[in-house]
Amino acid sequence: MNGRERVLSVRRLRVWYGTDRGPVRAVDDVSFDIHQGETLGLVGESGCGKSTLGRGILGLLPEGTATGGEVLFRGTDLVGLPRRTLRAMRGPEIGMIFQEPMTRLDPLMRISEHFAEALRTHEPDLSDAEVRSRSIEALAGMGIPATRFRQYPHEFSGGMRQRIMIALALVLRPKVVIADEPTTALDVLVEAQILSILADLKANFDTALLLVTHNLGIVAESCDRVAVMYAGKLVEEGPARDVFVRPAHPYTRELLRSVISLRTTGLQYIPGAPPDLTDPPPACRFHPRCPDAMQVCATKWPIEQRVYDDQRVLCWLHGPASEIPPGGTEPLVREEIAVAEEA
Amino acid sequence: MSSPDTTLERGAAASRDDTPLLEVRDLKTHFPLRGTFLQRVLGRETGSVKAVDGVSFELRRGEVLGLVGESGSGKTTLGRTILRLADPTSGSILVDGGDVAGLSEHDFRPYRRRIQMVFQDPHASLNPAMDLLTAIGHPLKIHGLATTQDAVREAVASALERVGLTPVELFLRKYPSDLSGGQKQRAVIARAIILGPDLLIADEPVSMLDMSVRAKILELMLELKDELDLTYLYITHDLATAKFLCDRVAIMYLGRIVEVGPTAEIFANPRHPYTVALLRAVPDPDPERHVPRDVPRGEVPDAVSPPLGCSFHPRCPRAFEVCGWESRDLKELLETRAAGLDTDARPSGIGDLSRLGEPSRSAIIPPERGHDPSEVVETLSRIRSATPEEPLWTGVRRMRALAEGVGVEFHEPIDPTLLPEGPVAVACHLYDARALETARRAAAESDEISEPR
Repeated sequence: MNGRERVLSVRRLRVWYGTDRGPVRAVDDVSFDIHQGETLGLVGESGCGKSTLGRGILGLLPEGTATGGEVLFRGTDLVGLPRRTLRAMRGPEIGMIFQEPMTRLDPLMRISEHFAEALRTHEPDLSDAEVRSRSIEALAGMGIPATRFRQYPHEFSGGMRQRIMIALALVLRPKVVIADEPTTALDVLVEAQILSILADLKANFDTALLLVTHNLGIVAESCDRVAVMYAGKLVEEGPARDVFVRPAHPYTRELLRSVISLRTTGLQYIPGAPPDLTDPPPACRFHPRCPDAMQVCATKWPIEQRVYDDQRVLCWLHGPASEIPPGGTEPLVREEIAVAEEA
Repeated sequence: MSSPDTTLERGAAASRDDTPLLEVRDLKTHFPLRGTFLQRVLGRETGSVKAVDGVSFELRRGEVLGLVGESGSGKTTLGRTILRLADPTSGSILVDGGDVAGLSEHDFRPYRRRIQMVFQDPHASLNPAMDLLTAIGHPLKIHGLATTQDAVREAVASALERVGLTPVELFLRKYPSDLSGGQKQRAVIARAIILGPDLLIADEPVSMLDMSVRAKILELMLELKDELDLTYLYITHDLATAKFLCDRVAIMYLGRIVEVGPTAEIFANPRHPYTVALLRAVPDPDPERHVPRDVPRGEVPDAVSPPLGCSFHPRCPRAFEVCGWESRDLKELLETRAAGLDTDARPSGIGDLSRLGEPSRSAIIPPERGHDPSEVVETLSRIRSATPEEPLWTGVRRMRALAEGVGVEFHEPIDPTLLPEGPVAVACHLYDARALETARRAAAESDEISEPR
């Protein structure tokens, strides 16, 4: 991705939620970049903070959330921008595609009205004819015929509604699209259709895409880079191919092993469960479940390391040796994890 | 393990002969549509959703059969019908050879002890106001199998131990909100096995769980199967877990089984074009793979009025003469694919196509107002020569200009049935010599003369 514009830079982003049991650090010191025409897959299990991160970038977090760090969109820091300014940027600059297309369209509005509303809000000078041609063009790109432009959401199937949602995001020609589990509610064949549409996106429009998903198969097939989250931390980031072939973090490795795919011949899983984020384990958050854990992992925060060609990893296995106290590389004696503590 | 528990250790003593534990024959479950007030007053036919539309299979003791399909395939309704949570419209459900499809609720109740279900959403399957002791012990009370609180407690403790929720004392008094997703699903499984069932119907038991947990629950299911001599009907959309867990799989599409056979054979050598497409579409965490491009178009059609002939034909890349081509396929072709997506104009000279929305083997394409039927003929032949690979054209028996437009007649559709093909059975005309022969004859008799040229 050399020479391409860096569209979005997330720097040391932190997001806290206030809960009855104290603050939850849902996103903890996360940094990454997305370049023009690049797809970054953000993967992790439920509760790891990946959706919060996606929403945090757009400032779409509920009341009572605190955000720190920087989200640089083409040089402008979005964190702390006034709500109005941020709202004006959502859509034309950064688009969002949500899970569950069933619930995201207004059942009382025609598809044409959804498009008119989106376009008029952000580009008030457009003529009726331009609104219409822009909308129909966006829909056609998603395989929805213009004959259905004036129909209502209920007249479309789930897969078509998700295509309409994508068209609605794209009609404003955003530089970055954040897609949060865009295919989770869909069937296998429709999922494949949508993924091939998303793949065309970057080819045709040079859009940068942040694809939030729990499905490692989708990442392998459609992302250039992958960022793996665990308990609010970004534990590994790098070219998708490299990370899948040679995962640097034990969590990435174990997660890849536990995926049940058509090539699975034996069941693998990670013992234990992800931690309670109101009271996370000290130091590396994965150490209680990590088969490679060392003494240092339970006492000292890991330091980000750059490994292999282009992978970043947060794990003491990759050093730096100078920071590991004497005896720190001795294996950690772990308490047996009872099934009771498992997820 | 604790002292032997009679309810849990019943084993397969009941019948060791060749009778399948469960056999379903031509089962149909249709849900009538309510229709409008007027339709009801006039007693008109309002149609029905054909959720399960003629399904037959056998399940042998100790076997794991996977029912695999996308949403709308009828797999869940089929599972629910076997447990009589939905009423069968026709067909039979034989348990140890005895038909239970017509039994009253009261007479069916003993079978509920033998057939239990694990649902998809563990968060919704447990009453949030019941602790595990109450929830898991509830079936014992319903079926009058435990009279004292001590007996209930002992049975629940034993079930919890079996599913790995230990130390038991800790879990007996926990509420669902205290448990993780995986633990909840373990509790749901404990409740399902406490009556000592023979058959467990597991409807997407792991699809709501995280990947690192799924394997654990599947492993538990396999352990329980061995320990308790269980038989599973595993309902899922996930081909990967089905491949791992099942001895045999049945692929369902729109209320019917389209292919069934030994798991290894189906996955190594899929025959039905739908099975082939599904297998190609499963995302795989293999960086060498790319998004598949030639995915069948469209989505699962409406089960109220399924396509004629083979339900998969409108999406099938290999469909031919007798697969069931009809008016709606032509409408779809003319409206969406032929015209170009970025216009809402119909292809030139073609009039209102709304009458093609009713399924029929013949269709009349009216000319647009002020246009002549000959223009329709011209447009159709232009579209046809522009889309030679479109399988719909094989289904056209004749096209001719009539006074009111162009009449298009399709070949007679053949309804596919499951036929043996090597080690599997498949419902596809590609594997049916008679259908292929009929298609060959149909192709020969296609009326070339009045075909617009």
